[in-house]
Amino acid sequence: MEKIVISESNYQIRKARIVRTKKLTPLETLFEIVLDGDRSLDHEPGQFIMVSLFGIGEAPISVASSPTMRDSFEICVRAVGRVTKALHALDAGDEIGIRGPYGKGFPIRIFEGNDLLIVAGGLGIAPLRSLIQYVLDNRRDFGKAHLLLGCKTPQDILFADELDQWRRRMDVQSEYIVDRAEQDWTGPVGLITTLIPGVHLEPERTFGVVVGPPVMYKFVIKELLAKNIPEHQIILSFERHMKCGMGKCGRCQIQNIYTCQDGPVFRYSAVKHMSEAF
Amino acid sequence: MGPVHDIQYYLLKKRAFSGFISRLAKVQPLAAPVRRGEKNYAFELVTSANEISLPYIPTILPPKKYFFPQREVLLEFDTRRGLHAGPVGVAGPMTIFGVHTCDLAGIQCLNMVFSVRPRDHNYLIRKRKITIIGLECNDYCDEHANCALVNASLPSGGYDLFFTDLGDYFIVHVNTQAGDDIIDAVKQFQPAKEANLQDLAALRERKRVVFRNEVALDQRFLPALFDISFDGPVWKDLDERCLACGNCTQVCPTCYCFDIRDELNLDMATGVRYRVWDSCQTEPFAKVAGGENFRKSRLARQRHRYYRKFSYPFAKFFRFFCTGCGRCSRACMAGIKLKETLTSLISQGGEGPWKR
Repeated sequence: MEKIVISESNYQIRKARIVRTKKLTPLETLFEIVLDGDRSLDHEPGQFIMVSLFGIGEAPISVASSPTMRDSFEICVRAVGRVTKALHALDAGDEIGIRGPYGKGFPIRIFEGNDLLIVAGGLGIAPLRSLIQYVLDNRRDFGKAHLLLGCKTPQDILFADELDQWRRRMDVQSEYIVDRAEQDWTGPVGLITTLIPGVHLEPERTFGVVVGPPVMYKFVIKELLAKNIPEHQIILSFERHMKCGMGKCGRCQIQNIYTCQDGPVFRYSAVKHMSEAF
Repeated sequence: MGPVHDIQYYLLKKRAFSGFISRLAKVQPLAAPVRRGEKNYAFELVTSANEISLPYIPTILPPKKYFFPQREVLLEFDTRRGLHAGPVGVAGPMTIFGVHTCDLAGIQCLNMVFSVRPRDHNYLIRKRKITIIGLECNDYCDEHANCALVNASLPSGGYDLFFTDLGDYFIVHVNTQAGDDIIDAVKQFQPAKEANLQDLAALRERKRVVFRNEVALDQRFLPALFDISFDGPVWKDLDERCLACGNCTQVCPTCYCFDIRDELNLDMATGVRYRVWDSCQTEPFAKVAGGENFRKSRLARQRHRYYRKFSYPFAKFFRFFCTGCGRCSRACMAGIKLKETLTSLISQGGEGPWKR
């Protein structure tokens, strides 16, 4: 029987090389990656890629670095699944496959000229780090920037050194809170929601950008609404399982929308009534 | 002067059918409905007419399997050559004979899905290599069909040739040049006459009486009915009955959810990445790595299935993704019947234009 060759498959990967790894916690590692031919990934903050290991599979991972860094990009990976665990066994010099970037990132052009209240819970810092770096690299294009960061314990803090740099800047206000801590922690202890009432902001020109574990959204959104930030100025990014990244496989579907193509970044006003969103 | 469309119709005498199939199978591989036990049929490759079973009720799997195979290799890789992934060869051109109007509608739905950007080249390349010969249903296949409700009981395109059984002959509508090429190549056809067209018109007239809305609902109001039914009690009923086996989605002509998996050969170096049909009805389908499951209940999953047929695609593609084939009702081990679900929705929907 005659055979047809499919050489333009959407599933073809781009070769890439890990150039640096940095263990952030026992579970999370930061990988710096260079695409074959030294091409730029050319992503938007908030977009994700499919990371591919032949023989193991693919996993959707958000890009954790700003597109202003053009020679390489970074991903922050928590070892929880087959692909992510296998990824943790790799080191500088190893090759991986990349598809993407996919999805709609943060609406940066709309953010410009406005104030930002960025709320990151746990691994939610990964996509938000891309946005934070972008804002800092283009600092005068944005208004005030508040960063509220939280995680379970001081040992779980990601990007601690960058956090110190952000703290030292006069053009960013940042606070870090942990759910519980031993005696050597001098910062606040409690839920991230407790930081929001103390932030001085002008709600009509503030965008609240929230990324964290699913359980966090409901409570953080409630606090942002209490600060009178309009629903369409509350920006969220959703985590879903994905196989294709191209709006077909159905895994990431929330009612009639595909998280991979219509998101992962959404306005709260667009998803607040969706039963499968939160 | 007769109607202008006369030239698009040919006849095939029943006694010439056998010769037609044999010649057609020589042009390129031919799939057709084959009997597989009591009330069970399957599209399979055939070379002669006596393998084909006509008439037939919808096959276990729809002809979707030729466009979007159950298991389809996406990449062939060889890790000894670095990160090397080569192009993939798929089966060549083929003809499918005997596709009912419900399944033609199913293919039309998938065509839309897979041509939305980013386009799915695997599907689109296969699609261009498949010739489709439709076959009219003169009567209902069985009590599960609801093709009239979704406007799929009469042909509305999506085929190259379309056969209608009119007693001792088939009348054949030629819809495309590819169809006309078959007429030329097989040389068993003769032009239809005015009387034949009148026979066809009479059959269609009779069908309009036989094929009536299977549920007491004007299909125009289906999306509105679904709009108000998201929290309706019918889903609770399905929650209690559904076994989450996924049969309904496996046999559906418009379901296209898939998983992607890697398979390593015993040499631990070469292998394939393939996609395989998946089902939104299974428990882990919408589960994320962190453990949350966004459609944890069978209620949410069954509701999702129905909304993916009658609501979500209507907003996106302006058509229903139910073709009325009845396969989900036939395959359900718990006896969940699509027509009964719709009837419950109507009765639970309160006052509205859907109530008649």
